[in-house]
Amino acid sequence: MAKKIDITKHVLVPKHTLVSEAEKKRITDNLKLSGSELPRILKTDPALAGLKAKDGDIIKITRISRTAGETIFYRRVISA
Amino acid sequence: MAKKEEEKMEGETKEELVKEEVQEEHGEVDEAKQPMEEADSSEEPTEAEEKKEEMTRERVEAMQHFVFKQVSSIVFGVLSPKMLKKMASAKIVTPELYDKEGYPVDGGLMDVRLGVIDPGLRCKTCGSKLKECIGHFGYIELARPVIHIKLINIVYDLLRSTCRECSRILIPEDKIKKITKQLDTIEEEEGIEARRAMVKKVIADLKTINKCPHCKAKQNKITLEKPSTFMENEKRLSPIDVRARLEKIPDEDCVVFGINPVASRPEWMVLTILPIPPVTVRPSITLESGERSEDDLTHKLGDIVRINQRLFENINAGAPEIIIEDLWDLLQYHVTTFFDNNIAQLPPARHRSGQPLKTITDRIKSKEGRIRHNLAGKRTNFCARTVISPDPMLQINEVGVPLTVAMKLTVPETVNEWNAAYLKKFVERGPGVYPGANYIIRPDGKKKKITDETKEAALEELQPGYKVERHLMDGDVGIFNRQPSLHRMSMMCHRVKVLPYRTLRLNPVVCAPYNADFDGDEMNLHIPQTEEARAEAEILMEVQTQIVSPRYGLSVIGCIHDGISGNYILTKMLSMPREEAVELLSSAGVMDFSQLPGKKVVSGAEIFSAVLPADFNFRGKSKSGEEVVIENGKLVKGVMDKVSLGGEGAGLLLRSLHKKYGAAETVKVLHRILCLGVETLVKHGLSALISDTDMPDEANEKIQNILNTAEEEVNQVIEKFKAGELDAYPGKTLKETLELKILEILNRSRTKCGVVIKEYANKNAFSIIMAESGAVGSYLNISQISACAGQQVLRGKRIEKGYKGRTLSHFKKGDLSPAAHGFVRHGFKHGLKPHEFFFHAILGRDSLMDTALRTPKSGYLYRRLANAMQDLRVEYDESVRDANGRIIQFKYGEDGIDVARSESGKIDVQKIIDET
Repeated sequence: MAKKIDITKHVLVPKHTLVSEAEKKRITDNLKLSGSELPRILKTDPALAGLKAKDGDIIKITRISRTAGETIFYRRVISA
Repeated sequence: MAKKEEEKMEGETKEELVKEEVQEEHGEVDEAKQPMEEADSSEEPTEAEEKKEEMTRERVEAMQHFVFKQVSSIVFGVLSPKMLKKMASAKIVTPELYDKEGYPVDGGLMDVRLGVIDPGLRCKTCGSKLKECIGHFGYIELARPVIHIKLINIVYDLLRSTCRECSRILIPEDKIKKITKQLDTIEEEEGIEARRAMVKKVIADLKTINKCPHCKAKQNKITLEKPSTFMENEKRLSPIDVRARLEKIPDEDCVVFGINPVASRPEWMVLTILPIPPVTVRPSITLESGERSEDDLTHKLGDIVRINQRLFENINAGAPEIIIEDLWDLLQYHVTTFFDNNIAQLPPARHRSGQPLKTITDRIKSKEGRIRHNLAGKRTNFCARTVISPDPMLQINEVGVPLTVAMKLTVPETVNEWNAAYLKKFVERGPGVYPGANYIIRPDGKKKKITDETKEAALEELQPGYKVERHLMDGDVGIFNRQPSLHRMSMMCHRVKVLPYRTLRLNPVVCAPYNADFDGDEMNLHIPQTEEARAEAEILMEVQTQIVSPRYGLSVIGCIHDGISGNYILTKMLSMPREEAVELLSSAGVMDFSQLPGKKVVSGAEIFSAVLPADFNFRGKSKSGEEVVIENGKLVKGVMDKVSLGGEGAGLLLRSLHKKYGAAETVKVLHRILCLGVETLVKHGLSALISDTDMPDEANEKIQNILNTAEEEVNQVIEKFKAGELDAYPGKTLKETLELKILEILNRSRTKCGVVIKEYANKNAFSIIMAESGAVGSYLNISQISACAGQQVLRGKRIEKGYKGRTLSHFKKGDLSPAAHGFVRHGFKHGLKPHEFFFHAILGRDSLMDTALRTPKSGYLYRRLANAMQDLRVEYDESVRDANGRIIQFKYGEDGIDVARSESGKIDVQKIIDET
């Protein structure tokens, strides 16, 4: 029997969360983004399972960092 | 204009059309040059003065007539036949080069209208002389069109993706608009690369369509018979047919193919007119025998013109189709090899001697080509390269330059009212006497060599505004470099110090950042030639500014070898009469003895303290873990060793000096410390003795015990393994587990030996002092000499290679004992057994091979990394972005710390508060 594994719970998968509209505006303003500057992430990325992300949404990724302890990274959702 | 034409010649595939703005200018310069009749400006000094003046005036006028324009954009495209004719200044009709008198034939390939390559002649087109005229294009009319070999794949795509009847792209009308729009959005969002990728994808889908969506005509399969023949259903498509089809493709459809129809219509890819590059591009060489030798390109063009003429004649004479077709193919071959002589399916065109001709593509492509060799090549004048050698008497930021080199390298100095007399002295001395000068430069940029004959004239001529290229002198700046330049510290700015002999010299302290040693290493020295360059080098690159490494935030430059062991001995075990201390300090270049206590006998620590700033405080640990305390510039506790004074990530004392007093002061103190260490050793002596590694009997006994028990232990594990009682480690087989266990036991035994050695070693023996202070060597090295060299590990395992089932023929098959698998029980001083020596040699050879093979590999990896990251930079919002503004890191290094301004990558806020 193959066991279903929730990869988002795995230690090596950093926490992905959906960014709210207000937060999204704050990020865009702070970094003076015009569109294509953010790194991208596929809508079909396994780490986004259950997040209901749409095209153009911003995903916040909280990673463990060797230098800063914890660091925040943003990605823009795209489809294919 | 000049630039434009040259570009056209080089970029033969996609010739450039610099937008109109850059044009004109030429005519104006022409006018300015007109009055400059006869006699070139390499004038005779005997000429009348008026003449001289007149010429200076002309020169100034010529300079003022330069018109500066800004390039707003560059468009790449293919040149149209019309454009080719327009830019040509001669039509070439005959393959002959020179007439009987040796004068270029009109309408020949060396036509004088194409530019000048002989001194003394004037260009028929622009009227300027050799080196002023940049050459002019010509053209030949091809009797039959031929396909441009470099564009063959585009032509192939176009033919396959357009209708054979109506020449529309094989996409329905409504979809064309949609795709055009998509292309535009993708370019806006992801750049031109993405657009090209999409164009490729769109075209790929069209190749299989066999019915035109516009006129419903049936499509045939078109194949390309390499190199340049198109076939449609086994029938040949001549270049004329191909051109006809390309002509019919509407402009709107071109856009879908990624072609800008204004800059490059598809039919222009089939040549009807061939541009002839100027003679300046293919100069002929006159041999010693007086014979002329033509450039490869001229030879090739000669072939083209000859065949073209024959083709014309045959067509006009109404020759049979087969003959014409053969000649046509031959023309295609010659034109193809003119562009590229390395086409896979074509035999390369050759000289009579059999060596292939170097045609246009060969000139541009590959490592020796124009781009990588001439444009991206970084060769310079005003540089020197020789073997390096050490000179600890030099300041850290100095470089010793041989006198012979200093008389070749020069620095330009502009003459003004105040320095005129000073600079005249240099000119007077000339190139042969040391602080002299080699050239003077007139305000118009003309260089004049100073020789014994021209010296007088030069002296008279010299006036404000002129420049004198004087010899390199002490205090000039130079950029010193050792390859591979992996670091910014691989190129640092040093002050010149002119010295006798023939090597470049550097203070051994800066060996670490350059990764240099003196086993034959060579280094380069560059002399900046402008004020701006000098200022930049001094401010950004001088050795002082590079002390703290941006890699780990600690000093890369620090004491080495004698500088460490000397200060260790001084601070740990010496004390001396005050007179001697003063002598020592002064020999180390310290002249201020106010900090030396007025006692009869002073300790080493007190002497050391005399070189430190008086208000310096420092707390740290020594290598052996003792506390080191400096209070008010006095070393009150502990000894100096590598941790405090060393370079390459050690040198904590230096780092805190740097933080408190800045770079310049640190360099001074470092130099004093280094000299003090070296002088101490001169006085005290340091020399490695064989007896340094002698151990008392008690220690030897202990070591033998350790080794015996280890061997015993290994035997027990082997027994267990044989009896099948061994428990395997997870993920390992039983055999692997056994090997791991044996390795672990043997390695542990060597560590234990090290502990014993450390305990019994004579702390006053020089070798031990060197290891203890961190100057050179370690306890491991010492225990390998006096106790046991230990297990030889090859690729993470004990040695297994050799005969079947055994390493050497004097072991039994399947022998698992330590000795049979490379355990060296004896120390180097005692001497190794033959088999032990052999095992040790295996490892030595292996590590030699390993370094030889690893260096180029890691060099390549580094290169790729550097190329990938070359355009990244930290923006003001602390994010790291590339040239397109795309974000790579949201905060530099994720913590936003500038490592070069940190200590070991950390910023200790509490410490900063405490100290202020």
